[in-house]
Amino acid sequence: MSLLVPDTGLLFWMLLSFGTVFFILKKYGFPVIIKMVEERKAYIDRSIKAAQEANEKLDGIKAESEAILAKAREEQAAMLKEALSEKERIISEAREQALAEAGQLIDNAREEIQSEKKRAIREVRNEIINLSVDIAGKVIRQKIADDASQKAVIDRMLDETPFYKS
Amino acid sequence: MERSRFAFKIIFFVVLLLSVNTTAKAIDTDIDVKEIVFEHLEDSYHWHITEWNGKDIAIPLPVIVWSEKNGWNVFLSTPLYKEGSYEGFYIAPEGEFRGKLVEKNAAGEEVRPLDLSITKNVFSMLITSTLLIFIVIGAARWYKRHPMQVPDKFVGMMEMGVMAVHDSVIKENIGPDYKRYVPYLTTAFFFILINNLFGLLPIFPGGANLTGNIAVTFTLAICTFLATNIFGTKKYWKDIFWPDTPIFLKVPIPVMPFVEFFGIFTKPFALMIRLFANMMAGHTIILGLTCLIFITASMGVAVNAGMTVVSVLFCIFMNCIEVLVAFLQAYIFTLLSAVYIGLAREK
Repeated sequence: MSLLVPDTGLLFWMLLSFGTVFFILKKYGFPVIIKMVEERKAYIDRSIKAAQEANEKLDGIKAESEAILAKAREEQAAMLKEALSEKERIISEAREQALAEAGQLIDNAREEIQSEKKRAIREVRNEIINLSVDIAGKVIRQKIADDASQKAVIDRMLDETPFYKS
Repeated sequence: MERSRFAFKIIFFVVLLLSVNTTAKAIDTDIDVKEIVFEHLEDSYHWHITEWNGKDIAIPLPVIVWSEKNGWNVFLSTPLYKEGSYEGFYIAPEGEFRGKLVEKNAAGEEVRPLDLSITKNVFSMLITSTLLIFIVIGAARWYKRHPMQVPDKFVGMMEMGVMAVHDSVIKENIGPDYKRYVPYLTTAFFFILINNLFGLLPIFPGGANLTGNIAVTFTLAICTFLATNIFGTKKYWKDIFWPDTPIFLKVPIPVMPFVEFFGIFTKPFALMIRLFANMMAGHTIILGLTCLIFITASMGVAVNAGMTVVSVLFCIFMNCIEVLVAFLQAYIFTLLSAVYIGLAREK
């Protein structure tokens, strides 16, 4: 029956050593391990979550950048198109202007020519009148007898004078 | 895979050591099996290792006693060996205090002095306690040195054990305020486990039947008893003194309150007996099987050889079971403690 009776000495040592083990391990042992493992678990969970978020963000950024690229391409195309039409517009404008200016120049030249011609004609006429007067004077001075001979003289004189028909 | 192979090696080693040990006591022709078994199961003042050429090899252990007659006495147990005596102290060969240190009082009666000797069990406990402290603090320091890392090898095994107890035993059974009980329950688990396993080792640092000793399981049960009842909630005490039963079971004669109140003590008592009986039975069976070899020694070579084979095979089988039981009993003690505490924490 001695197996069933707790021995005082062993009881004492058991209390002492179990108590010591308990207090040492309570302070430096199991709670430390459990705390570290739980911290690590939290850290891993956090990291996985962060990685997932980063992945999602990355996907978002990718989509965004693609959108930006597409937009830029569109803008580029629009700008090119605009530039092209601008170019054509400028060219056609320039052409029109040039045409207008050229027409103007031609008109001016024509007018000039016309006025020059009129002036020349006027000068010729004045010359003719002067000549006629000169010739008439000469004829009168030569005492021309009849009308017929007078006319003949004038015609001859006219023929002799260089004169361009306009 | 690697780890399980390692565990297998350990088990194999343990079994091998035990079967070597079995051949150590094969000299006596007349074997008193009961004597051998009890000698092993009970405590002793020296650590008997083996016999060599007819001489016992034993480690003497310090004896610390106090008696009214002699006062404090501290001495090595060497003079007590083989019915010797020291200052009037001797080990009682029979009677009420058989195997214990006694002295004769003035009337010539055998009396027990206050005996705080470092016996075999105490010495073994000191070894395992120191080892446990080193193992656990070593593991804890690993975490300090490697923050946010996952351990492997031994620390990994410790983490697996600690977290298994923490998650599936303590957290699950106690409920939301489980944190306060974690140090006690984990310490109890590993204390029981390491002593169970050391009890299976057949030679020196192991072999003491510590968890199969009632004083040890008594202390552990008292701890669970205190942890359960000191922090009991109002509902817990109400359920004991005014349980939800028909009124006639409570009012004239408080049958149910009495049963419930009795239950406060039977629960830890069951814990104490369960661990004690399981571990003691395991040791007894293995020793009995081993003794088969020496009992049959006088029955002729053929019988003896046959029984030796049978005995070794059974011993191997029993040791495998005992390794399982070592874990199982530590687990059950912790689990039931957690369940009892959990019941007392109900709100």
